[in-house]
Amino acid sequence: MGKRSQEEKFQEKKSREKKIQENTIIMESYLQTVFRRFKKHRLAMVSLIVLGILCVLAILAPVIAPYDPNAIVGDFGAAPTKEFWLGTDQIGKDVLSRLLYGMRVSLLVGVLATLISTVIGVVLGLLAGYFGGIIDMVIMRITDIVMSFPYMLLVLVAAAIFRPGMWNMILILGFVDWPGIARMVRGNVLALRETNFIKGNIVAGMSVPHILFSEILPNTAAPILVYATSVLALSMLDEAALSFLGMGVQPPTASLGNMLNGAQSLTVLTNQPWLWIPPGLLIVILVTAINFVGDALRDALDPKA
Amino acid sequence: MNNIPLIQVENLKKYYPQKGGIITHITGYTKAADGVSFSIQKGETLGLVGESGSGKSTVGRLLVGLESPTEGSVLYKGKALSEMKKREQKEIRTDLQMVFQDPYSSLNPRKHIYEILAQPMLYHKISTKDTLEQDIVKLLDMVGLSKSVLGRYPHEFSGGQRQRIGIAKALSLNPEFLVCDEPVSALDVSIQAQILNLLKSLQKELNLTLLFVGHGLGAVHYVSDRIAVMYQGQIVEIGEAEKVFTSPAHPYTQALLQAIPGGDLEKMRNEHFTAGEMDK
Repeated sequence: MGKRSQEEKFQEKKSREKKIQENTIIMESYLQTVFRRFKKHRLAMVSLIVLGILCVLAILAPVIAPYDPNAIVGDFGAAPTKEFWLGTDQIGKDVLSRLLYGMRVSLLVGVLATLISTVIGVVLGLLAGYFGGIIDMVIMRITDIVMSFPYMLLVLVAAAIFRPGMWNMILILGFVDWPGIARMVRGNVLALRETNFIKGNIVAGMSVPHILFSEILPNTAAPILVYATSVLALSMLDEAALSFLGMGVQPPTASLGNMLNGAQSLTVLTNQPWLWIPPGLLIVILVTAINFVGDALRDALDPKA
Repeated sequence: MNNIPLIQVENLKKYYPQKGGIITHITGYTKAADGVSFSIQKGETLGLVGESGSGKSTVGRLLVGLESPTEGSVLYKGKALSEMKKREQKEIRTDLQMVFQDPYSSLNPRKHIYEILAQPMLYHKISTKDTLEQDIVKLLDMVGLSKSVLGRYPHEFSGGQRQRIGIAKALSLNPEFLVCDEPVSALDVSIQAQILNLLKSLQKELNLTLLFVGHGLGAVHYVSDRIAVMYQGQIVEIGEAEKVFTSPAHPYTQALLQAIPGGDLEKMRNEHFTAGEMDK
């Protein structure tokens, strides 16, 4: 396989060189370049497809779920049968239906919380790194304060104040996860600001938004993406933990986390594996696939690789 | 010399504070530029030489506005940059451009050459969408590159080619004045001459005014009409290139001249040249 991919690489290089020789301008956009490189990572492509299928399943949950996830439809704690593919839980709700709805909630929490924290972190990091001085000072002290609080405690207090629930949890996780990204972005911006190409753009009189978002940001995109994928995985795990503590998704609504935590006793673990293997496996698959995609993206985003 | 020089520098100072102590406070200043004055006429090339740390690059950066002076002023066409209004500053912004020392870090690694060249031109409305391709091809032609470079990324080029792109980028905004901050010192010796020749011919062709910063006296002598020698933040000698090169007045210049390796020196050396003590 290694030999073959090498051959492909060589062929591709050859055709590119030919085009260059023919004096045609190869003008693929940055995104096209990234996607061309991304496709070379087979594992990441598989992960992307798996993620895509799972997302579609999650979005279409109301259509494909065989039962109402919150309705009691069968025996208590029955093993998988033809009727209930993944069995029923202790109070007779269909596990497959709950799994589909739970994945929906978990993905929504993970994606939105990550989006919020990434946007906050990137913007604050860019501002602190580029402008320096007092702006940097204020932003970084706030970052330090948020970082120095015991994470879980902060989330619990916030959840207690704002009433537990899915939307509040998304906001809380989003507003707690950003300091890491802000610090990383700030560090990168500090280094990039001193490079000649940024100075060249300052000399060329380009606007500050252009320099920040078109010159600096793409050059820190790779670490941001990798960090964001780990935040995505972490927020899904945090959702599970919070739901367990009663401060997250409230019981009748299913989430992968509270499904797992509903199956805590030893008897369930040994005698009713259909209650914890599917949600556990799903979390593992989601987190792993997200991480693979993140890794491949980092490589694909670097034109030198 | 009745007409106003394009660039006039008056008593330019740039001090960088040094911090230290247990309770951080300013303990002293690094005087990168300490009372520098000179002027450059339109179409002239002034060479600025000196050892590392002599402040020559700082002067270059002050001229294009990358740093603001501690004291003194830079006059462009007789008008002080610091006294200009925001709008005026924006207008002359494109007139003063810079070619950087290290061609490996002076181009954004994540953009292809087309974007690198096109964005500033579009932003400053120097070119429109319709004429852009023509303008860019013309620009590449000037620096001796073909159109095929446009779709490629900076890392795909050699140092010399990158420096050509860097020059094209600086020229894309139709500048009047170009600061070349050691443009050849990071390049192979075999490439250096090519880039120097390119700069020289472009200067003639476009009637550019150049400040050529360098530590190699040979290169500076080759492109410059006049040479200024900097030492510890001050200009110790300034004059016609030939004169500075053949009969240096200041001992530091003499020491610099002695540091040129190779046979060229023998031709240029004359009887005034004494073994260089560097007592100042």
